[in-house]
Amino acid sequence: MSELTLTVMRLGFLAVLWLFVIVAVQVIRSDLFGTRVTQRGAARRGGQEARTQRQAAAPPPQQQQRRQEGGRGNNRQRRGAPTKLVVSEGSLTGTTVALQGQTISLGRAHDSTIVLDDDYASSRHARIYPDRDGQWIVEDLGSTNGTYLDRTRLTTPTPIPLGAPIRIGKTVIELRK
Amino acid sequence: MSSSTTNTTTIGNIGAPSRRNTELAMLVFAVLIPVFAYINVGLAKEGTVPAGVLGYSLGLGLLAGVAHLVVRKWAPYADPLMLPIATLLNGLGLIFIWRLDQEHSLGPAMAPNQLMWSTLGVALFLAILIFLKDHRVLQRYTYISMVVALVLLVAPVFFPGVNGAKIWITIPGLGSLQPGEFAKIIIAIFFAGYLMVKRDALALASRRFMGLYLPRGRDLGPILVIWALSLMILVFETDLGTSLLFFGLFVVMLYVATERTSWIVFGLLLSAGGAVAVATFESHVQTRVHNWLNPLELLNGGVTETAQAMYSFGSGGILGSGLGQGYSRLIQGIAPKSDYILATVGEEVGLAGLMAILLLYGLLIERGIRTALAARDPFGKLLSIGLSGAFALQVFVVAGGVTGLIPLTGMTMPFLAQGGSSVIANWALVAILLRISDTARRPAPAPAPSTDAEMTQVVRP
Repeated sequence: MSELTLTVMRLGFLAVLWLFVIVAVQVIRSDLFGTRVTQRGAARRGGQEARTQRQAAAPPPQQQQRRQEGGRGNNRQRRGAPTKLVVSEGSLTGTTVALQGQTISLGRAHDSTIVLDDDYASSRHARIYPDRDGQWIVEDLGSTNGTYLDRTRLTTPTPIPLGAPIRIGKTVIELRK
Repeated sequence: MSSSTTNTTTIGNIGAPSRRNTELAMLVFAVLIPVFAYINVGLAKEGTVPAGVLGYSLGLGLLAGVAHLVVRKWAPYADPLMLPIATLLNGLGLIFIWRLDQEHSLGPAMAPNQLMWSTLGVALFLAILIFLKDHRVLQRYTYISMVVALVLLVAPVFFPGVNGAKIWITIPGLGSLQPGEFAKIIIAIFFAGYLMVKRDALALASRRFMGLYLPRGRDLGPILVIWALSLMILVFETDLGTSLLFFGLFVVMLYVATERTSWIVFGLLLSAGGAVAVATFESHVQTRVHNWLNPLELLNGGVTETAQAMYSFGSGGILGSGLGQGYSRLIQGIAPKSDYILATVGEEVGLAGLMAILLLYGLLIERGIRTALAARDPFGKLLSIGLSGAFALQVFVVAGGVTGLIPLTGMTMPFLAQGGSSVIANWALVAILLRISDTARRPAPAPAPSTDAEMTQVVRP
């Protein structure tokens, strides 16, 4: 057999072997399973630019107003203010929601910002919103099993310290920078 | 709360899809690579395409196809990669053994036998997948499997040793069997069942001393028993590999079950102490250690096997000499087709090919550990960790021994090396892992519909 054929086959074999390894790794990559985060409705990922575009597309006026408020609230935020809400325990562990001055509703109702899949949560359980100074407040919306900030059950709207755990059923969320 | 409609997140479960078509594609790939290698060896050795290529590819294809159909029917959610990787390694092993058969100085042909053993292995694989509907059944046999494993481990003492290691059971007229290969699966079942029950006692009842959790004396009992047992294997069967495998397996599973680093420290100390103690008075072990430390020493007018393996790796270089074009016939060791097959692989496909093959082993082990992570029941978790741990330790012990990293021990490279017991036992191991992974990845049954939940149901797009 000619030297050339054998050399080509030798290198070809190595290439095929490595191709198998690479394809196998690709299979592993596509084999991830677990939970998936799906954005429903108009997602608010973009910056101011995207917002302007969407405003141009004439959203309902109420929303528009709220967005602008949100934008202003954002600008007014002091240093050290939390920027995201993180779910640290429960079935949604690892979910984060960016805090952009909007109200975040929590509950089992499917139009909540964070839909809790938790037997101990009410359909409209609690909400988290910024007050005029940009301080984030958590308010229990008359839930059956209550909302806990640290160890205390909430009775009135309460400011949230950074990193304090808010417990709803089996779910724990906290605000982080 | 109108803003909630603009930023709404739903967390849904992604059920692992059945990946059977992926598996089929990978299997076709895994059958084609050895066929390519077969033709390559034939062209290099004889200058023609070997006559058996059609029969061989049909045979391997048939085995893989039947295995795939059975997995599709009986374990539809199982891991898509384990079967193709095992097939590829087994196929490549057959090619390398056939290639070494072409060197007539290395003894009689082994490849037909190995093909028969592989067929038996796949048959056992299929039987396990069909008849073992749920791996948790194995949990019932915790203590029976301990007894069986002990019998299997002790039995070879009563049979004559081969090449200095007593690890075979010889049945006259039928051939010999290496019970250690099967014992590794059975003892993993015992450890998984035992540790599942005892892990809380082992993990929690402990005193803290110098940053380490010291277990209570009575909890130390089992680990000391296993340690003594593996030392006894070392002394009476003079088999370093098996004793390392069992002790290592126990430490790995103990660590996974209890999350206590102190077990690892204890395990390493005990195994180091035991190995040193045995090495001081066991001549067979001493020889191995001596060969490992002085590979280039001349023995009976020639260099040691360790040095020969190193020469062949060196001769292969980065890209290898090409299949069928190495000088494996010069390896005058005791087991060029089983323990030392990695030397031939390293010479003919070079560092690049050897790395790919070691990566394949790595991927197979990774899939096993991934199965353990995904498994929902503690027994399945521990069992899959144990099985993949045993597989990983075996690969490490053999590859480390052949490449001169650790003293050589008499073990076979799973799937690649010639050896009936090894190939059958490893197919059984992969079958149990596939069974656990099928259970782990199977989508949870849908909850019963209740009118109460209707209003809050999450509708997925």
